[in-house]
Amino acid sequence: MSETWLILGATSSMARAFIRSVAERGDAVILAGRDMVDMAASATDAKLRGASDAFAMRFDARDPETFGPLIEAMEGREGMLSAAVFVGSMPAQSAIDADPSLIDGTIIDSFTGPARLLQMLAPLMEARGGGTVVGVGSVAGDRGRVGNYVYGAAKAGFHTYLSGLRNRLTRAGGHVVTVKPGFVDTAMTWNVEGMFLVAQPEKVATDILRAVDKKKNVIYTPGFWWAIMTVIRLVPEPIFKKLSI
Amino acid sequence: MSWRPDTYTGWGRALSATGEIARPERLSALEALEAAPACGRRRSYGDACLNGEGRMVDMSRLDRVLSFEDGVLHAEAGLRLGEIMRLFAPRGWMPTVVPGTGYATVGGAIAMDVHGKNHTEGTFGCHVEEITLTQNGKRMVTTPGSDLFGATVGGLGQTGIITSAKIRMTSLEGRSMYVHERRMENWDEFIAELASSEAPYVVGWIDATARGSALGRGVLEEARPVDKNPPPVKGTKSVPVDAPGFALSKPVVRVFNAAYFRRVPSIGRKVTRSFGDFFFPLDRVQDWNKLYGKKGFHQFQCVVPDNNTPALRDMLELIAGSGLASPLAVLKRLSDRSAGMMSFPMEGLTLAVDFPASKAAEALIARLEDMTLDAGGRIYLAKDALSAAATIDAMYPNRAAWTAEAAKADPDGALETDLTRRLELRRT
Repeated sequence: MSETWLILGATSSMARAFIRSVAERGDAVILAGRDMVDMAASATDAKLRGASDAFAMRFDARDPETFGPLIEAMEGREGMLSAAVFVGSMPAQSAIDADPSLIDGTIIDSFTGPARLLQMLAPLMEARGGGTVVGVGSVAGDRGRVGNYVYGAAKAGFHTYLSGLRNRLTRAGGHVVTVKPGFVDTAMTWNVEGMFLVAQPEKVATDILRAVDKKKNVIYTPGFWWAIMTVIRLVPEPIFKKLSI
Repeated sequence: MSWRPDTYTGWGRALSATGEIARPERLSALEALEAAPACGRRRSYGDACLNGEGRMVDMSRLDRVLSFEDGVLHAEAGLRLGEIMRLFAPRGWMPTVVPGTGYATVGGAIAMDVHGKNHTEGTFGCHVEEITLTQNGKRMVTTPGSDLFGATVGGLGQTGIITSAKIRMTSLEGRSMYVHERRMENWDEFIAELASSEAPYVVGWIDATARGSALGRGVLEEARPVDKNPPPVKGTKSVPVDAPGFALSKPVVRVFNAAYFRRVPSIGRKVTRSFGDFFFPLDRVQDWNKLYGKKGFHQFQCVVPDNNTPALRDMLELIAGSGLASPLAVLKRLSDRSAGMMSFPMEGLTLAVDFPASKAAEALIARLEDMTLDAGGRIYLAKDALSAAATIDAMYPNRAAWTAEAAKADPDGALETDLTRRLELRRT
């Protein structure tokens, strides 16, 4: 049976690569985000790559009024319902230091906005007895670091939310994959210094889809980030607090 | 955070540039950028995709298929031709003309007006129905027949950033390519067979190290689509690090070429190949340019009109005698069907030979360019890294008219590249 994927944050290059992967399987895609012109182009691209249907809808993590129509659209689809969350914002830590109110928006974009939408979607998924939620978090959520701990905290919150949602949806035959990407070659990281082992979005998309198929719970992508983050998590706090990594 | 400083090269890796690069992922991001020249996947060999005195816009992320109706594909400029093949060949369509690498993008194929193995169809630009340019942040649409179109096709990106284009595709009668490979024992046989071949796709590999009576020997491939399943696709390999200098030294190349020649039995053979393997044979080895080591390489590609083919034989003799050539050498027919003022093809034969970069290779290429000019031919700017303004001026009769059009589109010269500066192409 055909599956419909709701893609939150469809303009990101990681989302684009993922949309192409599910499109080539023949799934339907609802692209959700703010740049309607860009998403219209991606929707056509998805259709010509094999998506059974693809269209764009407005989604703004900071504007809950945009959530209802998305849920309605999903409710109107036949077959399994799935969602993939690629939204998030990462202001420079220095910008947050200068204007702490930026914290609110970062938390909404990276955690509470998409969580609220997923919370509305969960009952529909339960009713149909299946579907998958892909939640893209970050290795930054594994431990707070001086460089970007607000973004890290938002993603840590999102990870915990996804863990709970997994606990819930599993009971109804659904599944949740938490994805923790390392550095990915996107517009967000284009001119950020200190990037290393940067992965292409296509590689991340392939890893995510494999995790969906194998019903993995939590993945690092590329996989070697698991080893890096294991070491980082194991550093005792008295030492970690003096490091600048 | 749009601009990132970087040092980068063309495919030949012999020249490099240091400057800022932006890589927009959306149209709105592209249109917000200050004017700068654009590049695709940097498959031109020399400095056409370099700007050491300014910025460069990398179009590789604007790569979406925007529509496909009645055989006409509308695609963003960053879409790779190999991806178009992958997506559309199973549905029975392909671009009418494709170059030797699927990594070339739609934008690059237009800016270089590339040619393929089917010379009768002319160049890539002959099948373009519309081009959308971004000129200083503003959109401009151009269609065949206009001066702007003629200056854009083969126009080295000097009329604006090629943003998207509508391409007439060709319907594909088959699922794979049926290839007839035959040994050509010498130059005269090669020339005669190339001239008389009636296959839709024809390409010759030439052993640029063979001398004496074997001068000009090689393998002629004649191909047509066939409704047979292709053989299973082999995985791609990649060259992870720069190869050492001796990898392409004279004895190694001579032995390799002899073996490559004898791979085809003396009575010839007929094989079925996937579209990818036939059209883009080198793409199976990723980053093969690293085989030439850190110093990189140069490709010399010229076209010589039919009445002067003996000049081409003289060039080959000079190349074979030098012992500088690599195994990559190609002989093909071209027609005068092209779509741009600065398009490379003319009715005749084209020879392309790779040389590991060295002073000796530079001197040899300079002589070959002189011989091309004397024979009434021209060299291909997509490959060039070494030529000079006067030579190119003499080879491209429409240069002045093209310069005038480019000046209208880009009065401040904001789109100049290392190549246009080196060859003074924008000089009025």
